[in-house]
Amino acid sequence: MPRAETASPAAALTARGLTKHYGERAAVRDVGFAVAPGELVAVIGPNGAGKTTLLSVLGGILAPDAGSVELPPGGVGWVPQQPAVYGKLSVEENLRLFARLEKVPDVDAVVARMLDQADLADRAGDELGTLSGGNRQRVNIAVGLLADPAVLLLDEPSSSLDPRQRERLWEFIGALTGRGTSVLYSTHNVVEAERSADRVLVLADGELIFTGTPRSLEAEVGASDLDFEAAFVRFLHEQGH
Amino acid sequence: MRWLLLKDLQILRRSPLLVGLLIVYPVVISLLIGFALSRGPDKPKVALLNLVPAESNSFELGNQRIDASRYAERLFDSVDPVRVTTRAQALEAVKSGEALAALIIPADITEKLSTGLESAEVEVIYNNEDPVKGRLVDQIINSRLADANAALADKFREIAVQDIGLLLDGGEFNLFGRELNILGLKKTKTILDATLASLPPNASQRAPLRRVADFAGLAVANLNLATDVVGTVSQPVRVKRTAIQGKRTPLSAYAVAISVTVSLMFLTVLLASGMLALEREENAFARLVRGLVSRGALLGEKIGLAAGCAFAVSLAMLCGLGLFVDLDWGRFPLWVAALAAGAIAFAAMGVAIGALAREVRAASLLAFLLSLPIAFLAIVPNGSVSDGLYDVIRVISALFPFKPTLQAMDQALNDTGRGFGAPLGHLLALAVAFGALARLALRRFG
Repeated sequence: MPRAETASPAAALTARGLTKHYGERAAVRDVGFAVAPGELVAVIGPNGAGKTTLLSVLGGILAPDAGSVELPPGGVGWVPQQPAVYGKLSVEENLRLFARLEKVPDVDAVVARMLDQADLADRAGDELGTLSGGNRQRVNIAVGLLADPAVLLLDEPSSSLDPRQRERLWEFIGALTGRGTSVLYSTHNVVEAERSADRVLVLADGELIFTGTPRSLEAEVGASDLDFEAAFVRFLHEQGH
Repeated sequence: MRWLLLKDLQILRRSPLLVGLLIVYPVVISLLIGFALSRGPDKPKVALLNLVPAESNSFELGNQRIDASRYAERLFDSVDPVRVTTRAQALEAVKSGEALAALIIPADITEKLSTGLESAEVEVIYNNEDPVKGRLVDQIINSRLADANAALADKFREIAVQDIGLLLDGGEFNLFGRELNILGLKKTKTILDATLASLPPNASQRAPLRRVADFAGLAVANLNLATDVVGTVSQPVRVKRTAIQGKRTPLSAYAVAISVTVSLMFLTVLLASGMLALEREENAFARLVRGLVSRGALLGEKIGLAAGCAFAVSLAMLCGLGLFVDLDWGRFPLWVAALAAGAIAFAAMGVAIGALAREVRAASLLAFLLSLPIAFLAIVPNGSVSDGLYDVIRVISALFPFKPTLQAMDQALNDTGRGFGAPLGHLLALAVAFGALARLALRRFG
């Protein structure tokens, strides 16, 4: 199993040799991979592995110290872990504001489409501060999708949600990938990654130590009797992490 | 940028309590400061024990009757007297806090004043428990006593001048109810000169009479000058007031300048720092600067928002104050220029605070912690502290926009004659410096 994938001509996003330091410490070290159109990829790893840093570099929030990112023509949508929207504005006002800042051609149409996709049309006039965490996260993701990006980056999208809200979130994301949007998300919930992701990238101490399907990771550790979480932990141990 | 500005205005519109506090708090604080500066302190309560019998209130001096009670009243111009009848009551009034001090006028004061053999004395008792109050009472009583002394000295001078006049020119004089006719030195000399002229050249009386006539002439010549000398003795030092560095600013107009500047400072700094920190607290900053808005434009928007709102509120406040205080409305364009320049500099300072603090609560706290001492230091007058300390205060004041804004406002309102360019240039430089500091701090903001 290759530890890092090379770019594919059909890739929606390609990262090559990404490295990012915080002072002396390398948060991300020589990471390269590609994401196919409509693919749902989970970045998993222990705390401090460099997941958020990697997504921030891919999303253009942080500049890499080395390496490059090839982005698709539609660019990437970036959705931070905490909802990055305004609590005093309504759902529709938030979408409208960011649509205008994104300079989308038809603001009304895009906002209506996102309200529909996020299943929040009936809450359009409600202030964000009055919504549940799950609904806030859906607005957060909807803002990331306003410019109709080819790739959506989600940082720990389900970390603050209850199981029912998580279920609805994955349905929403599943519908996105069904429409051809590539989704790359970070999570420390490996069970959720196993269930929803087409492929997982395992980061540890800033290094990409595995990329493949959840089943192939189980096969890597050769433990058919273990569940995915146990197989993941054993894999980390075997890799010295 | 205009969408961000509209968004911020929408957020403010939906936070009426916050906006209310942002407007009411600085306005109340600034008006309190203004009132404190433009109005003197209220009259402190002072217990008064007058032991002078009613019949001894007036006394004879020279050929005049002086009513001492008229001069005693001078002592109470700046105090609220609490009348007591015994020394024990006076002490109790001070101890209990009913009065800040007690003033005891002894029974023999008019006698001492009338004889002039000994200085008259009044007794002041005050509670030194609170040194500030003690100092205030001490200053007030000393000042009033000086006024009473000056008034008495004037009266004594008037009597002395009158007596000298009598000595020179002669006239009627009442001594213990007996009317006396005083000849006067001038007439004495005239009589002596006439007598001398009528004597034979070798008369033996001529020499002693000549000596007396010369003495009378000398006395007339010198006593003519004595009137001025007595006037000088009664008031050896007079005050000639000369205002340098421009015209004198009326205290009420200066208080308006301070009130408006304080209000402008609080409103602008709190709004700019809070609204910038809010972008981070709402996690929106990273999303915004990811290609939607540049960091510089974001700072510009916050500066514009805070400066615009604070400018409008402060201008309204200034116009409102102008209805009660005599301001020169012809200088209105200068008011606008001073307020605008101050608002921009304060807003730049505010975004620097917001960028450094990164959280709304921390930003608000830092804004308060910085603003209050800056305002206080800027109004410390020259000469009230040591030279070295004043130099330090000047340097600190120059690093923040309060003092140049106050100078610009004072010039705009009161035409202090100091010019408008220097404070405006200073404010512009501070706006650039604080803007640069904010831009630098934004590097670690996300």
